[in-house]
Order: sequence, then C-alpha cells, then structure tokens
Amino acid sequence: MLDSNDPFAGADPLIEANSITVVYGNKEILSAASLKVRSGEIVTLIGPNGAGKTTIVRVVLGLMAPDRGTVVRRPDLVIGYMPQNLHIDKTLPLTVGRFLVLGSGRRRYSEELKFQILDEVGVGGILETPVQAVSGGEFQRVVLARALLRDPDLLVLDEPSQGIDVTGQADLYRLITRIRDRRGCGVLMVSHDLHLVMADTDEVVCLNHHVCCAGHPETVTNDPSYIQLFGKQVAGALAVYQHHHDHDHDADGNVVPLDGDGGHG
Amino acid sequence: MDDFMIRALIGGFGVAAVAGPLGAFVVWRRMAFFGGTLSHSALLGVALGFLLGINLNVGIFAVCAVVAVLLVTLARPSGLSNDTLLGILAHASLALGLIALSFMETQRIDLMSYLFGDVLATTVFDITLIYGIGAIVAGGLALLWRPLLAVTVDEELALVEGIPVKAVNLGFMLLLAVIVALAMKVVGILLVTSLIIIPAATARRFSTTPEQMAAFAAVGGCIAVAAGLWGSMQFDTPSGPSIVTAAFALFVLATAVPAFKR
Repeated sequence: MLDSNDPFAGADPLIEANSITVVYGNKEILSAASLKVRSGEIVTLIGPNGAGKTTIVRVVLGLMAPDRGTVVRRPDLVIGYMPQNLHIDKTLPLTVGRFLVLGSGRRRYSEELKFQILDEVGVGGILETPVQAVSGGEFQRVVLARALLRDPDLLVLDEPSQGIDVTGQADLYRLITRIRDRRGCGVLMVSHDLHLVMADTDEVVCLNHHVCCAGHPETVTNDPSYIQLFGKQVAGALAVYQHHHDHDHDADGNVVPLDGDGGHG
Repeated sequence: MDDFMIRALIGGFGVAAVAGPLGAFVVWRRMAFFGGTLSHSALLGVALGFLLGINLNVGIFAVCAVVAVLLVTLARPSGLSNDTLLGILAHASLALGLIALSFMETQRIDLMSYLFGDVLATTVFDITLIYGIGAIVAGGLALLWRPLLAVTVDEELALVEGIPVKAVNLGFMLLLAVIVALAMKVVGILLVTSLIIIPAATARRFSTTPEQMAAFAAVGGCIAVAAGLWGSMQFDTPSGPSIVTAAFALFVLATAVPAFKR
C-alpha cells in the first residue's frame, strides 16, 4: 500500500480537466483546477463547503461550460452519474424498476437483469416499490444502480453518502470500491467523509477554489497545505482514521467531527 | 339529444383526451402556473387573430409559442425567479390583449365566449380541427414521452445520459401551447388550466405508473365534460364553468373516497 509508484501511470485518462477556471460575478469559484481519472482508479475530491467541488464535477460532466480551461473525454465515454440531490415529485407514480431504466433510452432490460443490478448494490427485491416509498439510503443505491445499468466507463458520484447513517456510509463506500474492482471503471467522487474514503482512494484531490494538493492519500495527509486547509487536529486524526474508526476524540474526549470546516490561508 | 349538444360532447371529449396526459406532466413538473400564463396570453392571440384576419386558434398558438420561448430564454439572463417572470408575462400579455381588443369595437366581439368558452357553439369544422390537431399533439407526446419522463425526473441526470433536454422541454411547451389554443373553445381562456390539471390531479391516487395516470386523466377529463354539459342543460348554467365544476367535483370525490376506506 505504501508503494509510491503510480499504478495507473501508463493508462490513458478517461477524462481530463485542464486548468478549469469558473468565474461567478467577480469571484473565481475555480482557479485553474485540473484533475484526471483513469480506468480502475478512484479519485476523491475533498475540500470545505463552497470550495467548488460540485462546480468542477458539473464542468467534467459537461453540465456547465468553464470560463477558461478544457475538458477532454475519451471518445464514446459512457458516464454513470449520481447527483447530489435527486428529488422526485410525490405526484409522479414511478416504481424503482421504472426509474432504473429511465436513463437507458429505448434499450430493453429483462426483469431478471434489473433485479441483478439492484442486488449488486444491495437492494434486491424492491423493483415494484414506488420510489417515494424507499428510504434515503435505499434510494441512493437505486440511483447508483441506474448509473450501473448503463455499464459506465466512469462513475461520477456527488456526495453519495448524503442522508445515510455512519455504518451505512461505510457500507456504501465499500460497495463503491467493490464495483470498481469488479467492473474496472473509473470513479470520481465528491465526499465529506474523509475518514471513510481515504483507505480505498487512489488519488485525493484537495480543492479550495484551486487544487491545494493532490496525490495518494498518505502523501496528501502529510502535505502542509492539506494540514493548513483542514486544521492540524482533523488532519492528524485522519492518519488514525485509515484504520477504519468512524470518529476521533479531542483532548477532552469529545467526538471530533470530520467535516472540513477549516479556513484556508 | 340536440345536434349542438352532440357536437359539444364530441369536441369536448377530443380536447379532454389530449389535455389529460399533458396535464399529468404539468402536475409532475409543477408547471400549473405556466399553464395559467399561456392561457392569459391567449387573449392577445385572439386579438391578433382578428387584426390579421387569420384563424383564431393559429393566433393563440403563435402568441403562446412566443411566450413559451420567451420564458425559456429569459429565465437565465433576467435573473428573476420563474414565478415572477410568469406573473409578468401572464398579466402583460392579458393587458395587451384587452387593449388590442378595445381597438376593435366596430367589430362586435363576444369577449365572454373567449373568457369562458363557447362549447355549445362547436361546429363540424371545430371538431375536425380539434381531432386533427389533437391527433398531432397526441403523436408528438407519444414521441416525446420517454425522454420527457426522464427530464421530468431530473434534468441534469437526463443531460448526462445524453437526452437533448432543451429540445425536449421546448417541444413539451409547444404541445402545451397547442392544447391551450384548442381548449379555449371548450372552457375559455380563464379556465383552460383547470381542464389540464384537475383531471391529472384527480388521477394521481389511482395510478401506479405514469402511463396509467395519463390515461386516467384523459378519461376523467371526458367524464367531466359529459357531466358538465349535462349539468349545463339541466340547470341552464354556462357550459365552460359547469365542466370545470364537474371536474372539481370529481377531484373532491376522488380525494374523499379512499379516505373513508381507511
């Protein structure tokens, strides 16, 4: 695990964002931020609220044009996307099974295949349930299943663990890692749960309007700009968190939250 | 039954059958106010139709289409929220329509029949028009159905999945503009939205799939037309408002009945 050689060094990137700058009013939300994702690689974007994480994801997805910079996609790249907040109006009668195939155009899928894909994400057996009746955690997995049904080369997940309790979050990240292992797709995700994602992430991109630091988790956690961004306490705690604890304690024994709320110098 | 009554029924059924499924999307997408704006601007279309000497339905469709395109294009640059923009366009176009009509006092125009509909005066030509255009709208909606449903669930997800979201949205709004122009004959400008959304809202609790809700909305709309026309004959009430009242009564009934069961 401490191998400093980049195992993806030879691989062509699935997607590459170069020097992305996005200006909103007179404020630069993103300043020359770059990132790339290769097949089989998990890239995690971390950073404080309002750091531009979702913005760069939107640029990568092509939902938004950057003011400067370019996005290069591998030709015929299939992207599976899991947005941050997906709300379906209560007036729309829609079963989970129907929701699954909405993103696949005219292609037909057998009930068996739909069941299998739900089973893969751990929620088999809710095909006929209305989408509004499943729990938040189940629905996140259903959205993930819809992305997987497209057999994507790249999975893009914007805060996939929102609204899920801590054990559920750990399960979800393990699931994402398993999916990567099995399918060999690239994964780009935004996450607040630094302690949970660090262990299985190949590359961490630490963003605060610009890319503060990027690299293997163990390199990044020792990077001065990372420690400056998240504060010594949280940054230090993360070294412990690689051992899969779900929280840490400060000097007084209080639980230390791991949401990066630290400022940036 | 009198001939004019049969023509009114046939015409009303044609409009309700198409307005129902479109209305389902209006309900799912929370666009009821958008429908209202289109119908308000329809009066300007009536005035234009008279001024230019063209078919009134064409005039209404043209104005509604312009308003729909304006809404889509103005939403971003103006920085105004959608409901504010809708309010501005609805009442500006209504005021302009009333002014334009006031210039034409020499031509006797029965404003009431446009505001509240005149389904009892449905002609054979009207019926041909309703079924011809209605078939086109139904066909268009069938073609748009799958992508439109995906866009209704989540626009950004649909865009990432390769659906041309803008074109789909524009197509839907144009279909809505057509149905507003058609429905005006039945219930009038002021009540058009009700024929679109009330049957769809009524259908919700009986439906488990989007298609079912669209079909139930179409049937419910037709029942409202029949019941409203019957009531209009029975109690000598204005036809348009009677149809809307019947639709409302169905909605109340549908809302209340399952509540008693539990």
